[in-house]
Amino acid sequence: MFKGFTSIFYKEVIQISRDPLTLALMMLVPMIQLMVFGYAINTDVRNIKTAVYNLDPGPQSRELLQAFENTDYFKIFRYVESDDELNSSIITGRVKIGIKIPPDYSDRLLTNRQATVLVLIDGSDSSIATQSLQVASQVGLTESLARLSTQLQSSLSRTSQLPIEVRPKMLFNPDSRSANFMVPGLIAIILQIITTLLTAFSIVREREQGTLEQLLVTPVRPFGLMLGKLVPYGLIGIVETFTVLTVMRLVFDVPIKGSLLLLLGLSILFLFTALAIGLLISTKAQSQMQALQLAWLIMLPSVLLSGFMFPRESMPAIMRFIGYLVPATHFMEIIRGIVLRGATLVDLLPEVLTLIFMGIVLLVLSAFRFRKKLA
Amino acid sequence: MTTAIEITGLTKKFGDVTAVDGVSLSVQNGEIFGFLGPNGSGKSTLIRMLCGLIVPTAGSAHVAGYDILNETDDIRQTIGYMSQQFSLYEDLTVWENVNFYAHVYGLKGENLKRRRNDVIDLTHIGPFRDRRASALSGGWKQRLALSCALVHEPKIIFLDEPTAGIDPVARRELWDLFFQLSGLGITLFVTTHYMDEAERCSRVGYIFNSKLITFGEPDDLKKLPDVTPAGARWVEVTCPNTTVALGALKRATYVRDATIFGQSIHLLMDSSDRLDRITETLEQIGIRGAEVTAARPSLEDVFVTLTKRFAGNGNLAK
Repeated sequence: MFKGFTSIFYKEVIQISRDPLTLALMMLVPMIQLMVFGYAINTDVRNIKTAVYNLDPGPQSRELLQAFENTDYFKIFRYVESDDELNSSIITGRVKIGIKIPPDYSDRLLTNRQATVLVLIDGSDSSIATQSLQVASQVGLTESLARLSTQLQSSLSRTSQLPIEVRPKMLFNPDSRSANFMVPGLIAIILQIITTLLTAFSIVREREQGTLEQLLVTPVRPFGLMLGKLVPYGLIGIVETFTVLTVMRLVFDVPIKGSLLLLLGLSILFLFTALAIGLLISTKAQSQMQALQLAWLIMLPSVLLSGFMFPRESMPAIMRFIGYLVPATHFMEIIRGIVLRGATLVDLLPEVLTLIFMGIVLLVLSAFRFRKKLA
Repeated sequence: MTTAIEITGLTKKFGDVTAVDGVSLSVQNGEIFGFLGPNGSGKSTLIRMLCGLIVPTAGSAHVAGYDILNETDDIRQTIGYMSQQFSLYEDLTVWENVNFYAHVYGLKGENLKRRRNDVIDLTHIGPFRDRRASALSGGWKQRLALSCALVHEPKIIFLDEPTAGIDPVARRELWDLFFQLSGLGITLFVTTHYMDEAERCSRVGYIFNSKLITFGEPDDLKKLPDVTPAGARWVEVTCPNTTVALGALKRATYVRDATIFGQSIHLLMDSSDRLDRITETLEQIGIRGAEVTAARPSLEDVFVTLTKRFAGNGNLAK
């Protein structure tokens, strides 16, 4: 049933080694992706450029501005002298936040009346906008509470402590570094792209060049041919996994909390599903161009709906469902679980079982179609 | 002589299109069977059915005694196949290509070495053994393809237009090689467009519009009554200005059919008329010095005539 496996495997290895450019790109592109996603994409919002239009001469307004700056979220970039100037600073994109303090701010505070502060937020970047909104409200709340408590203190002469203090503690990834979150997810994406594309290409190329037909008049069996194609690219995928994990550990300093062995084992499981997708594509595509287009069909949900970039919790049900059908989504959970939270096999059982199920379905389906298409 | 290939009523339909329509023929062991027909007439489809690449819609065939429907595994070990386009690995060297196919056919050890050397000696491709297949010229590519198709000592080889697009010298050399193989007792099933190649085959078959129109030895085909009807004979005319002459001769009442054949004109004329009439016709339009000789029909004449008759019958049937 597997006749021809060793011959095909050996031939494939020679062919891969004959194409040093592809081989180099296979190793280089993931590195570039790692650098870009690991360094450039930073969802931690800090030092948002802020313009201030302060009409109040009193020290209270300066205290408030100091409180804003102390959060580390706002960085006062310039002071302006008119409403127009404040508006245009935001419209031109020079600043993201505008703070306007009215002339009676100090007066009102001193006379125990409510003082108003206007905070203008550029909503075009949603992640900056939501965070600024939160932090700005918090600053207002904290300042108000502090003032209230001093007032109470003077009348009741008690300690100046707030009645409730919430102390959040980050359990994993305490510094909330983006790299810790992005890089493990990126491994899933890289493995998927490389193995799916290479497998699909190598089979479709044989169809394009007519060598597939030539092979079919030989005693090579479809399963032998299939495995001879899958194993070399599977091995490349494993080497790739090692490389990317090493870079993640050494360059990005992301600690691996859980078992490395478990991670490798489950990576191989995921590789199988990616290879099977490549095989499935090759049974449909007549040219390498078609194979590329079909691969994109899988790649897009793997990148966008798997939780790699955007949290799946906030997606509409239909998108979440589509994401659920993509193997990368489940591997994303697995790899982040092991690397960041030190999850064990038992913790990840639902994801692992889903992935095994998907792997079997994909492999059987593609093997069946592959056989049928050839024989 | 025993039968190498036996085909009975073989038919292949792709949807509504019938690519091969009830073809029956047999090929004897050790012969070079030439299979001719225009593009799209079903030559490749027939070969692909015989190789077990596609399943026929109806009919049956035996290759080397094995049924093409359920003994394809045995057929694969027994046949060699060289497809229309060059289909070897261009990024592998000559040596690696031969080696790969030897392994694929399960050759091992001493046997593998012996076969590998044998085919390389036979095709004289030795000097290029470390060259990548992509860097070979058309003729050498075909030799390499032949080496790979021969490495497992097949009894029958199918060659689908092996000489298409290669230069005349390489073409002749390749045919010398085919004769050599035939001498070794290998059966060759060759499709071709070239009439000179067809003339060299021990037997030929002609397929037109998916139907096999005729098959037999070239000499027998030329004697077919359909090709030379009673009261007519074939004549070869050599003269200057062939195209003008052809027009004039086609209009002449005593000429039944005329075609250009190389540098001369082949025509079928009424036997009752003298050959001199041709010279007279040509002189009337100012062509002098025409040489007219009695001729045997060429294979091309055979196929052209049979095709016309066949197409005519087809029209009547409608």
